[in-house]
Formats: sequence, structure tokens, C-alpha cells
Amino acid sequence: MIYAAVGVLVLTVVQGFDDTERLTAVTSSQAMLRWAVPIMLAGLGGLFSERAGVVNIGLEGMLILGTWFGAWGAINYGGWAGLLIGMLGGGLGGLIHAVATVSFGVDHIISGVAINVTAPGVTRFLSSEILTNYDGGSITQSPRTPGVGRFTFPFLAGGDLFGWTTPDILGWFTDKDWFFVSDFTGLARGLVSQLSLATMIAFALVPASAWLIWRTRFGLRLRICGEHPVGGETQGINIYLYKYLGVVISGALAGLGGAFIASPELSGIYLEGQTNGRGFIGLAALIFGNWRPGGIMAGALLFGYPFGVGLRDLDGSASHALLLVNTIALAAVLAWALYRRRRIDAGLAAGLGLGAAVWYFMSTTVPDWWISILPFVIVLVVLVFFSQRLRMPRADGLPYRKGEA
Amino acid sequence: MTERLTHRLMLASAAPVAAVVIAVVLSSIVLLISGSNPLAAYADMVQHASKLETQVDILNRATPLYLSGVAAAIGFRMNLFNIGVEGQYLLAFIVAAHLGAQVELASVLHVAFILVVAMAVGGAFSGAAGVLKVTRGVNEVISTIMLNAVVISGLAAWWIVEWQAGGEISATGGRVGTEPIAESGLLPDINSWLEVFTREVGLGKKLTGMMLVAVAVGVVYHVILNRTVFGFDLRSSGANPTASHVGGVSPKRMVVIAMTLSGMVAGLVGMTELMNTGYYPSNPISLLGFTGIAVALLGRNHPAGVAVAALIFGFLDVSSGILQISGAASREIVEIMKGVIILTAVIAYEVVRRIREREEAAAAAAAMAAGPAEAS
Repeated sequence: MIYAAVGVLVLTVVQGFDDTERLTAVTSSQAMLRWAVPIMLAGLGGLFSERAGVVNIGLEGMLILGTWFGAWGAINYGGWAGLLIGMLGGGLGGLIHAVATVSFGVDHIISGVAINVTAPGVTRFLSSEILTNYDGGSITQSPRTPGVGRFTFPFLAGGDLFGWTTPDILGWFTDKDWFFVSDFTGLARGLVSQLSLATMIAFALVPASAWLIWRTRFGLRLRICGEHPVGGETQGINIYLYKYLGVVISGALAGLGGAFIASPELSGIYLEGQTNGRGFIGLAALIFGNWRPGGIMAGALLFGYPFGVGLRDLDGSASHALLLVNTIALAAVLAWALYRRRRIDAGLAAGLGLGAAVWYFMSTTVPDWWISILPFVIVLVVLVFFSQRLRMPRADGLPYRKGEA
Repeated sequence: MTERLTHRLMLASAAPVAAVVIAVVLSSIVLLISGSNPLAAYADMVQHASKLETQVDILNRATPLYLSGVAAAIGFRMNLFNIGVEGQYLLAFIVAAHLGAQVELASVLHVAFILVVAMAVGGAFSGAAGVLKVTRGVNEVISTIMLNAVVISGLAAWWIVEWQAGGEISATGGRVGTEPIAESGLLPDINSWLEVFTREVGLGKKLTGMMLVAVAVGVVYHVILNRTVFGFDLRSSGANPTASHVGGVSPKRMVVIAMTLSGMVAGLVGMTELMNTGYYPSNPISLLGFTGIAVALLGRNHPAGVAVAALIFGFLDVSSGILQISGAASREIVEIMKGVIILTAVIAYEVVRRIREREEAAAAAAAMAAGPAEAS
């Protein structure tokens, strides 16, 4: 909460310089949420797989399967069925990955790459066989998909409670136009009004995953597969079974993310290539989040934010203001590095920060491609500084065969 | 002795053959379900491929796939996953196209200049990922994926606008691409070389001169890897960096070198198109990098194996066209076939490896039991 407040304060101050209100606009925070959901679901998917010791670079392929099956299910059986069928589609991809890596011991990256190459082919074939028969469908896209319901929180954002319209508290603050306070409530209100039920489920999955992995017997067994499978085997745990479960759940979550992309929340159709590498960003969110659900959510929101801002930023002013945010963030890294007496880090941060600052002051707008690569650049910069502080599951990515204990 | 040799050969070829057979079986099932006649489809594909012009198409398609496959294979040999071939070749493609159009040189020099620029750009970009890995501990899988995105939605999208050929807007209003390179910078086709063995190539098909470059790359790859000290260091460092380090090979240095070499070959991937058309178009041929990884996997990182894999993929890609024309089946079936071939191939290789391991263990145990005199 404190981090969020500091972040919003920075954004508020920065947008004062650049004469834009997009950084803390309600539309921005809502768009951020919607863009974050697939990244977050892919990241959570990666969490289940990698906690079970299987690196899942095939998330992108499973996301793609999710978009197609999600769209197909939604068109034929409605929005909820779409999400469910998307999960099944992604889970199928996970099952293939599990068969290859767990049963046959294929290298995890190789199997994942194979799935990423295969998935677009499968969806393309299915489109040519099925979608082309639909009105408005073609080999690369589906007709429009129906979605699921929306929900506005009562009191916080003035949602209905049993037919009674509650007061809109955050909205009241936002309308006052107070410095920082109104900006903060504006962002917060975007997070709680007109929220898709699918988005709510996705965010509910974060604490649910944490509980499942760290507070249940299933989770303990899943984690031992990723930390020390041979030790688990001596305890009589069926390692293969838990690895299978982890990878299939992983695929199902990625599939849900894919179905979300194809739902009206983001695009409202299946479109070839629409995942646009978000499975990989999900993987990055997993690493950024240090293989923990809360960290994954933070990473997904961080990577989703530039998308949310860039979406309606036609004149590039908000993207330009983000440069200053980047500078400030790098200055914070510089301070941290100096405090820790890490000279190389400090030098890097100073150099990058100076670059961003010079760019900011030498220009008035930035080209539109900058915002589309910003999430990837953030991932790279974060990894450059903090790679050595991350700890992945000890046996992650290592081959395991029963009976070698 | 010959018996053992044939046994080994059988084991070595079992995996790819099994992969292709399983792919054909699975595709047939899919085709039957979707109401097409698989035999008719395969007959169309084979008959089409028996034509000389189709074979030229296949070679043209296989050439960039081979280069991309070798690029991935160099990384694999060092236990590195260069997922970034895709970004590296596109970046090298656009920079080489731009710089190639800016200079005026004699023919051979011009071509060499363009190829060197492409290799330098690809190598530098890939080497950067290697440097990040050894100095900052950034996993190369993640960094190359991120760099792919930086190139594809960033640099290439920016430079295609910056370097747009002046005033040339296509009929649809779309951007046509960078300034065309002068004739002297283009590699001529090698139809005349082919026609020594065959009849004249019709339909205006041209066999790309880049095929010779690809063959040269394959030979150099083979020689360096298997016939030089450096190649031995590279392979040993990939197999066991610690032991190799004790032997005086710096694993960090080898990582950076391997990534750079991989990127240099990746830089050549886009040159097949550049040497043919002379410019970087607004929609360059894409996904060659990712397919190259599959080609390297199928070909076991072996120079000849990768070539066979590239030809198989080239054949499948070219066949999709005839399926659409003849209507025997949906052309997308080849995408399924490609995917199934990769998945079954990697699984089959693993199974074969296990069988071989078991046989070796059994042979060693037998030799031990027989006593030291027998063992030699």
C-alpha cells in the first residue's frame, strides 16, 4: 500500500510537468488491470509449473490455445463457457508439455519451444476448419465473442446493493480535484468500478494460489518436486503425479489468460497473433516476482501499466512523461546501489538514468513504438540489477527420473 | 563390428524416421476427421515436389531455415538457448538493407559489405545477451526473448519509418520498405549452376545465391566444431563448464563467443530475401528464427542433420501452396505436421538416448564381468 501510494505520488508530480492527465486517469488504471490479467495468469501458470520443477517456456503457446478455444467456447456456449473451454485448451497444451518433460525427460526449454511453434499451427488449422464457417469469421479471426458480467463495488465506487445505489465515495474525492488525493482515488476508483467478473476471478486467484501452494498438503508436495524431488520420493510422494498436476494447472491458467484476451475485456474476438508475446512477459513477471504470487501480480501490473497508458495516448505526451518516471526509478536504484556500495550497479543506474533524463528533456513526445517495448525494457533493466537476488526453485528445470535416489 | 555399426546407425536414424512416420499417421487422422482424403493430399504434395521448379522453391525456403537452424545449433552446442535468432535476423536485415543502399561499391565488395554488416549486427546483438549473462547473471532465454520484442515492436518499427524509401507509397497506401540496394549489391541467382545437372528452370524461378553461403556456413561450422581446438573447448565447456574451466577454458568467455557466433549466423538469415529483393519490406518474412530452433532440434545440431531438417520444413512449407490450389486438404495441415514432427522428434531422441545409455551400461557390465583381459 505504501509502495502504491509513493508510486502514485511520483506519477502525479510527473504528469504536472508534462501537462497530461493520462498517467492517473481512471481509464489508465482500468486498462492497466485488463492488460495485466493475461500476463498475471500466465505468470501464475508458470508458478505452478516451476514450483513443480518444470520450466514452462511454452506458456505463450498455451496462451494461444486459450485464445482460440476461449473464443470458440464463448461463441458457441456463452462467456463463462468460453473461459472454461479456454482453460481446457491451455490445459491440453500443459498436458503435452508434461508428457514430454516428465514422462520422457525431454529438455524443458526444447519441449516448450516445440509447443510454442506448434500451437499457432494448431489454431490456424482449427480456424481454417471451423471459424471460416462462421458469419464474420475467417482463417485469422473469429466473430465477436460474448463476455461475462461486470460488477461495481458498493460504497467505494457507488455500485448497486440490492437495488439501492450506494454513495460513490472515491468518486466524490476524485471530483474535488485535490492534488494527489484526487489522483490516488481516481486510480483506485478505476480498480473497483465496472469490473469484469473475469478480472475479479483472476485477481482472486493470486491469494488462492498462495494459499494452495504454501498452506496445503498439495502445495507442500508440489514444492518438493521443485526443490528436492528425490527427497520427496523417499517420503513416498508420487513426484510424477504432482509434476503432471503442476504443469497441467499451469497450462489451464495460461489458457484462462488466453480466453481473457479473446473476451470483450481486451479484444472481443480471436485474432491470430493477438497474444503478442504476453506469455513471455508472464514468464518475466514470474521471475521478476521471485516465484511468488504477490510478486507476479506486482510484475504484471507494472508491465500492464505502460500498455494501459499507451492505449489512448495519441499525442505521446503520457509516454513522454513516463520517461521521467523511468528516470526517477533509476535514481532510486542508484541510491540503493550507493547505499549498498555496489559501484557497478551505481554506474549502470546513473548511466541509464542520465540517458532517460536527457531523452526526456531533449524531446516533447516519444514515438509510439517506445511504449510498446517499455515492458520488455523494464524486464531487462530489472533483471540486470536484481538477477542475483532472485531465487528460483532449486530443482527447477532439472531432469528427474524415478528410482535414482 | 559391422553388425554393431548397423545397429548404431539404426538407432541414430530411428528417431527422425519415427518422428516423420508418427507425424504422417497423426496428420492422416486429423485429415480424415476433417473430411479430407489423406492419400490424395500426400499424392499431391509428392507429385508437386517432383517438379524442378518446386525443388527450387524448396531450396530457397530451406536456405534461410538452414542458416537459422545452424545459428540455434551453435548455441545449443554450448548449452545456450538463443531464442533471439528471430530478433537478431530482423535487426541485421533492416540495418544491412539500409547501409547497403547508402554505399556504392564494386559488385563483390558491395555484397561482401552487406553480408559483413548483417553478421556484425546479429553478432553484436546476440553477444550483448551473452555479456548480460556472464556479467549480470541474466538468463539468456529471458534476455533474448525480451530483445526479440525490443527489435520487432521497437527498433524495426522505428527504423522502417525513418528509413522509408522517399515518396514511394504502394497502391494500398502501405509502406513499401527501405531504399532499394543497387544491382551491384545483390547476389545473382545460381540457376546456371543448377542447370548443369537439370533442364532449364522455368516459371521465372530463381535459385538463391545465398544457398552457397549457407553451404559454406555449414562446412565452416562442421570444421570449427569438430576439427579445431576452439571447437573442442566450446563443446567441452558446454558439456561441463566446471571441468572445462579446470582445463583452462573460461566458461564466461565461451558463452560470449558462442552467443556472438550464433548471432553472426543469425544475421545471415534475412539475407536470402534481401539479396533477392534488395530492400527491407514493411512485412518481412518472419518466424524464421523460431522455426530455426525447431530445425536445429530435428537435425540434432549436426550440420548435415540440420540441412535435412531444413529441407523437410522447406518441403512442407512449399507443399502448403499446392494443397490450397488442388483443394485436396486444408493447407494448414502442414503446420500441424511441422508441430507433430518436432514434438515426436524430441521425444523419440530422448527415448533413443535412454536405450543407448542402457545398452552401454549393459555392455560395460558385461565387459566387467568378463574380466580385464576381454575388455580390450
